[in-house]
Amino acid sequence: MAIFGLWVINKAGGLVYQRDFADGLAQLTSNEYLVLAGTLHGIHAITSRLSPTGSSSGAQVIEGETFKMTILLTVTGTKFVLLTSLTEMTADTVLQKVYEAYADAVMKNPFHTPEMPIRSEGFDTRITTLIGTGQSS
Amino acid sequence: MSQHPRFSVLSSSSLSSDHSHVQSPTATSTTSRFSLPSVNTTPTSTTPKPPGQRPNIYDRPLNKTRTAEVSASAFAFLFSEVVQYTQKRVAGINDLERRLNTLGYRIGSRVLELQTWRTESSSKAPKRETRFLQALMSIHTHVWRSCFGKPADGLEKSVENDDEYMIVDNDPPITRNISVPRDLSSLSCSSFTAGIVEAVLDGLGFPARVTAHNTPTAQYPGRTVILIKVEKSVLEREEALK
Repeated sequence: MAIFGLWVINKAGGLVYQRDFADGLAQLTSNEYLVLAGTLHGIHAITSRLSPTGSSSGAQVIEGETFKMTILLTVTGTKFVLLTSLTEMTADTVLQKVYEAYADAVMKNPFHTPEMPIRSEGFDTRITTLIGTGQSS
Repeated sequence: MSQHPRFSVLSSSSLSSDHSHVQSPTATSTTSRFSLPSVNTTPTSTTPKPPGQRPNIYDRPLNKTRTAEVSASAFAFLFSEVVQYTQKRVAGINDLERRLNTLGYRIGSRVLELQTWRTESSSKAPKRETRFLQALMSIHTHVWRSCFGKPADGLEKSVENDDEYMIVDNDPPITRNISVPRDLSSLSCSSFTAGIVEAVLDGLGFPARVTAHNTPTAQYPGRTVILIKVEKSVLEREEALK
């Protein structure tokens, strides 16, 4: 059980926050992260249109052989993406708490510009406490 | 530059770029600080009240709201907008802090009036703080409790300067969600609180210059010191009253 990384994607598909939580992960350049986040944004939009039975909010979990990607779409269109191991069960609750931290430390911060990259010390601290506890349990 | 009456406080402080009125807040800037929001009051007095509507905010009993609380989230968003609005209209950190101070001053004068009114109606022996230390204690406890729901965490006297006192708050609720960027690191949004303190002290007859400073510790990253520099006349009077 492990949490590998967290992405925050704004409603236009831009990556505004990206952070790794484990050592020895395969690294990508920041440009690659931006491209992948934009692609995921597109894929997510496609999955929301694919539903054969009524409307859908789009993909929530994408699983691979070695990892799992849990996506939380908020009502404002911001996406929180958590990359975890396959056995990680707490991804949903962690994402809810990340959303809460985002609402507090980012949206209530007068020095943050909406839709722009998140550079808020308060958010970093909140995430550190949050994911730190998420890993130990 | 056309000036909206409600913004008279902000615009007057922006026009005077010299720092003279910071040095002596009581001398020059008191007149501009007490401008009333005339826009809001006129329509309510002329239009008749439709039946069954909630009473005007000015007609509501003041004691009913004694224990009422305001949503911290709602205030955080409002304060965030206040800071953003102010930041767009200033040249530097000093200017921004001074404007936040001025906005807080308007709150403080009302806080003092409300508090005086409430103690008068509730206690048998209402008292006006006439000694400086008692006034500070009352700010530390009562003003803090009515504004922030808890007393401040410390009240200290400066070791170096006789005329400096400090109120310490380990985690000021109004700046809890604010992360100041590195290039503005000396900015403290608690200047707003400093303005409240300055107004209360002024109203009690202890003119002082009040500023806010970040003093983070490992345990309390948001620790803030409200520095009160009292005017000489106050100390002289205290000495005479001894």
